[in-house]
Amino acid sequence: MMNFLNDWGLVLTIFLPLAGALVMMAIPKQSEGAIKLVALGAPLAAAAMGILLMLNFDYGDSESLQFMVNRNWIELINSNFILGLDGLSLPLLALTLFIVPLVVIYSWQHVPNPGNPKAFFTLMLILETAMIGSFLAQDLILFFVFFEVTLLPMYFLIGVWGGEQRRYASIKFFLYTLFGSAFMIVAFVALYFLAKAPTGIALEQLRALGGSYADMQAGDPLRSFGMQALTYSGAAGIAKTTAIVIFGGMFLGFGIKVPMFPFHTWLPDAHTQAPTQGSVILAAVLLKLGTYGFIRIAIPILPVAARAWAPIIGILAVIGIIYGALGCLAQTDMKRLIAFSSVSHMGYTMLGISTLTAFGLNAAVFGMVAHGLITGLLFFIAGSVKERYHTLDIKRLGGLLISAPKMGWILGFATMASLGLPGLAGFWGEFPAILAAYEPAVGLNVALFRTLMVLAAVGTVLAAGYLLWLYQRTAFGTPSEEFENDPNITDVNKFEWLAWSPIIAGIVILGFFPGLIFNVAGPAVEVIARTVGG
Amino acid sequence: MWFFTHVWIIPALMALSFLLILFFGKKMPKKGAEIGIVFVGAAFVLALLTGGNWIAWSNDNPKGDGPAAEGAALANVDPSCSSVAAEAAAAGEAAEHGEGKKGEGHSKDAEGHSKEGASAATSAPLGESAAPVAATTSSAEKAGKEEVATRPVVSCINWFQNGDQTISIGTLVDGQSVLLLIVVTLISLLVHVFSTDYVHGDRRYTHYFAFLSLFTASMLFFVLSENTLQMIVGWELVGVCSFALIGHWWEEKPNSDAALKAFLTNRVGDIGLLVGVIVLYFAAGKSFSIMDLNILANEGEISHNLLLIGSLCLITAVMSKSGQFILHTWLPDAMAGPTPVSALIHAATMVVAGVYMVARLYPVFFEGLSISGSSVNALSMIGAITALFGAMLAFVQKDIKKVLAYSTVSQLGFMVTALGVGAWTAALFHLFTHAFFKACLFLGAGSLSHACHHSFNMVDDMGGLRKIMPKTFWTYLVATAALAGVFPLSGFWSKDEILAGTGSFPGTTGANGEYHVMLVMLLLAAFCTAAYMTRTIWYAFYGEYRGHGTPHESGPRITTPLIILASLGAIAGIFNLPAAFDFLPEGAQTRFEHYVEPVGLYFPAITHAGFNPALAVISVLVGLSGIGLAYLYFFKDAFAGLHGLAERNKVAAFFKNILVNKYYFDWLYTTVIVGFVKGPLARAANWFSANVIDGTVNLVGKTAVGSGSWVYKNVDQKVVDGAVNGAGSSASGVGAMLRLTQTGRIQQYAALFFAAVAILAGVFVVVIG
Repeated sequence: MMNFLNDWGLVLTIFLPLAGALVMMAIPKQSEGAIKLVALGAPLAAAAMGILLMLNFDYGDSESLQFMVNRNWIELINSNFILGLDGLSLPLLALTLFIVPLVVIYSWQHVPNPGNPKAFFTLMLILETAMIGSFLAQDLILFFVFFEVTLLPMYFLIGVWGGEQRRYASIKFFLYTLFGSAFMIVAFVALYFLAKAPTGIALEQLRALGGSYADMQAGDPLRSFGMQALTYSGAAGIAKTTAIVIFGGMFLGFGIKVPMFPFHTWLPDAHTQAPTQGSVILAAVLLKLGTYGFIRIAIPILPVAARAWAPIIGILAVIGIIYGALGCLAQTDMKRLIAFSSVSHMGYTMLGISTLTAFGLNAAVFGMVAHGLITGLLFFIAGSVKERYHTLDIKRLGGLLISAPKMGWILGFATMASLGLPGLAGFWGEFPAILAAYEPAVGLNVALFRTLMVLAAVGTVLAAGYLLWLYQRTAFGTPSEEFENDPNITDVNKFEWLAWSPIIAGIVILGFFPGLIFNVAGPAVEVIARTVGG
Repeated sequence: MWFFTHVWIIPALMALSFLLILFFGKKMPKKGAEIGIVFVGAAFVLALLTGGNWIAWSNDNPKGDGPAAEGAALANVDPSCSSVAAEAAAAGEAAEHGEGKKGEGHSKDAEGHSKEGASAATSAPLGESAAPVAATTSSAEKAGKEEVATRPVVSCINWFQNGDQTISIGTLVDGQSVLLLIVVTLISLLVHVFSTDYVHGDRRYTHYFAFLSLFTASMLFFVLSENTLQMIVGWELVGVCSFALIGHWWEEKPNSDAALKAFLTNRVGDIGLLVGVIVLYFAAGKSFSIMDLNILANEGEISHNLLLIGSLCLITAVMSKSGQFILHTWLPDAMAGPTPVSALIHAATMVVAGVYMVARLYPVFFEGLSISGSSVNALSMIGAITALFGAMLAFVQKDIKKVLAYSTVSQLGFMVTALGVGAWTAALFHLFTHAFFKACLFLGAGSLSHACHHSFNMVDDMGGLRKIMPKTFWTYLVATAALAGVFPLSGFWSKDEILAGTGSFPGTTGANGEYHVMLVMLLLAAFCTAAYMTRTIWYAFYGEYRGHGTPHESGPRITTPLIILASLGAIAGIFNLPAAFDFLPEGAQTRFEHYVEPVGLYFPAITHAGFNPALAVISVLVGLSGIGLAYLYFFKDAFAGLHGLAERNKVAAFFKNILVNKYYFDWLYTTVIVGFVKGPLARAANWFSANVIDGTVNLVGKTAVGSGSWVYKNVDQKVVDGAVNGAGSSASGVGAMLRLTQTGRIQQYAALFFAAVAILAGVFVVVIG
């Protein structure tokens, strides 16, 4: 069993959805039943594979990559097909494998206009493969390919199945991300050319890892895209200023994806125009590629530059928290408001990352998963509200608790989770991040980070403000005349229950047992924090 | 011991009750109320048993000398919850057996509790820099009396791990938490019973009971917290229950507004809570443990400045949760919720969470605010201002619940002042007695409104109910007298302790400082309290009935809780009769202090003000004069010139206006601050996104597309068109979907992308070399 998992576990988890997509190509467009079966079966198969992996994962050794696959890939540039699973990847892998089947279940009756489930689900399966691949890839080029492949399906999901301004939104989404990716790939290439083999023990470790060529000596060019190899080399041979510039390239690539202020403006448009399923996946998983990139790639490979960038990241993160919250207060559209709230919430994640401490990074990992579940749920609800009311204009809504009481309660639950109520998942992404800012990694400006800490704490008030005002205006009160006797407005249906209840359970379970993520990611991020010296 | 290590069962029961009501409540014959009552009853019984065990446990406290015994008393603290306590316990053990480094030969001496003994016990775990002074004075002071140390029982499990750091979750059982266990479960039980009649037939009857259970569970979770992180969780969970119950009738906007206001105001205070807990976490050497924090703070191991900052932050949290000025504004509005909720949450239990937290982390405040030997500090000042200004606001309310709400604000001010002046036991004792008589008053108001068509307007819709509702009247009267501090009801004893605790009155012995201003303000507040309560009695029970319909006495499920609470409110004073009453049999005085107040390393060496007969007489006279003047004014129509003064006199009108507008705090918060944030500020942020940032983005986009098409036309098509054509035709073969959006843009972007990479890589190589 272990042999099988070691050889095929990760590969199957990544490519089972893609295989599903290929199978689907062969199914005629008319047989919707078969299409949906494949659409659900493939992610479930991947999830089963993932569960097997997680059951066999050595949690006592979660700081090292397990089930590693290492094959030659593009020999010309010494880029290898390296996959691996450690405590940092595992929560995000689990999140992806968890969310996608739920999205498919939700889509059972909700394939948005203009229909065409075959194309819709095919794209979703391709997207899943790309997302999983991004979280498992341990080679920069491989990561980059998966990272970029996520763009296309999402571009089509927004562009074809989106709202009225889908054109503008999808292009904006695509271009924005691509703009960042351009800088990112330049940074990767620069690492390839500039990194040199380290000296001493690090070189031994590198050799043991197989991350070196035959007669490599200390000081030789490293010529590798392997994340581990680059981490072990500790950016040896790269001058500090150069490292800072390279980090800047990655910062743009990942920062736009997160999105960090001031690169966030693609997000409200993309979310507002995307179909519900697209919004959920975008919020739950795609945004995390950015924060994951910081923790997995940018910080461990360029620790010195990370310290130089940390104050800037911290400041932008906190601006994002406050600014995103203010943006929320100004919104009149429910979905746009939820989108803006992502800017604010991801700010906490970035604040945790910017402290470069184990607790901060751990909070960031937790924050990613928590935000994925909570905001995913909020977008699901927004989608269902839109379907019933045909509008998300907050002014026209109201009395959801009367028209559809169960949905109203679930919205209330999601609202509370989103504003960081302790006992639910959101709290564990927020509070430890704020806490970590009190004592950032050694050498960072303590006064600055303590100021950021207080401002971030102020952000929690604003979050409660915009979320509760949203809830008051949509759920409390009585329905307006317009919708009072609308037969369209029904309570939560079977498919919605199936899709939502696991998320609700997940939010509660993580809220009471935060160790489920902290204990797994902790050792992995601690290694990173130690690399940076925090 | 079993009860102390398994005390988690009590909150767990209530959490289970919540789930059962939520999932099965509607299917039950009594719609879930029976589940709640059975569980809260069981919780109450368990709490009582725990209380009985605590008394037995405390009676067995080893009588030993000073610090060694104090260290050894911590033997029941699970080492995995508090390393500091564990080390102190080990050191205490060692000193006890004469194995201590310096303690050898001294510990059995007559001077065993002197400095050397102290340093043997404390310096081993805490290093040579430990300041044993606090421990020494503490032991000296206690040694004169009882020579026993409290034996708290702390149990915990691993909650989560952050790297190699373990964060635990567990329970801390000592007199303070056991006290609250009993108070919370008792009031909750009575409120459950009361509610079955009061909210009978409500549209969300089942949800109501579910949230009562959830609230009780959260409050008990908070009370038993073993660490500050756990406290935050409990603190916020009770807040959300309060939100849900204030907004119980959310169809009407004022109710949901009140709920939002409560939650948001508390969130403002929570900034202080979060920051304070974080500061103290690092101050205690990266530990959330209350034991660690308290012992280190008590021993002078944490710098004074950190403790000061930490305590000031936490005071902000107290201001919001316990309704202290200037964050008190939510509490009167919270009366929008059902009345039993007001009694349980907004009078007896949740709002005392702030007081409870200060008491729990008392060494932090005691050292941080330098309470001992001082005459003013932030905590006592805020408390005294709240006590007085809150009481004044109660005068102008027409709504009987609002009177009681401001009264609660004011009484919480008494408790906070007591903590601020070092009268720890007095604060907790007042919390205890106040819970009974204030819950009784609220439930009494509920009973009145139940009779008067659900109106709470005592000025316009009540009157003359004395004869019609005798049970409500008498219980209300007793509770009022207790609140006003009439001898010998419970309020007299607890309030007198607080007044004596200020140490200001001439001849008071044993107080921690001399807080003159506080004594004056509290006496004024006590006067106002007596007067405004007499006013409510007049409006509600005397004169002619002014409302609609025929009022009637409430049923037994409403009056029984009233009678129980009024009786407790009358007699609860006997639990802490002054030590000066030496004519009483031994074991009848200061029982409350004896069992509730901790003695040991985790609690500061506070002293206790003695009973002062002169002050007691004055405080009774102040109360009686308040009652008397109000009686003359309302009942006897005396001071005729004062009636309608505000209509005739501009100065009086000015002051009345200030009171009616609640000192304009609501205007400042809602209109000015919230209005600005929600309005101009939020719009400005949004405008910035939409115009400045997006304007730039669109401009860049247009330029890029322009140059992209140039590249496409001039480079791509001419240079590599063969390859691209091939890719294009295969891409278009994929299906209708692609054709729908594919207008050649993707190739443009791809071209643009690679062009950009090429250019940037070139620039990079040139710049970096």
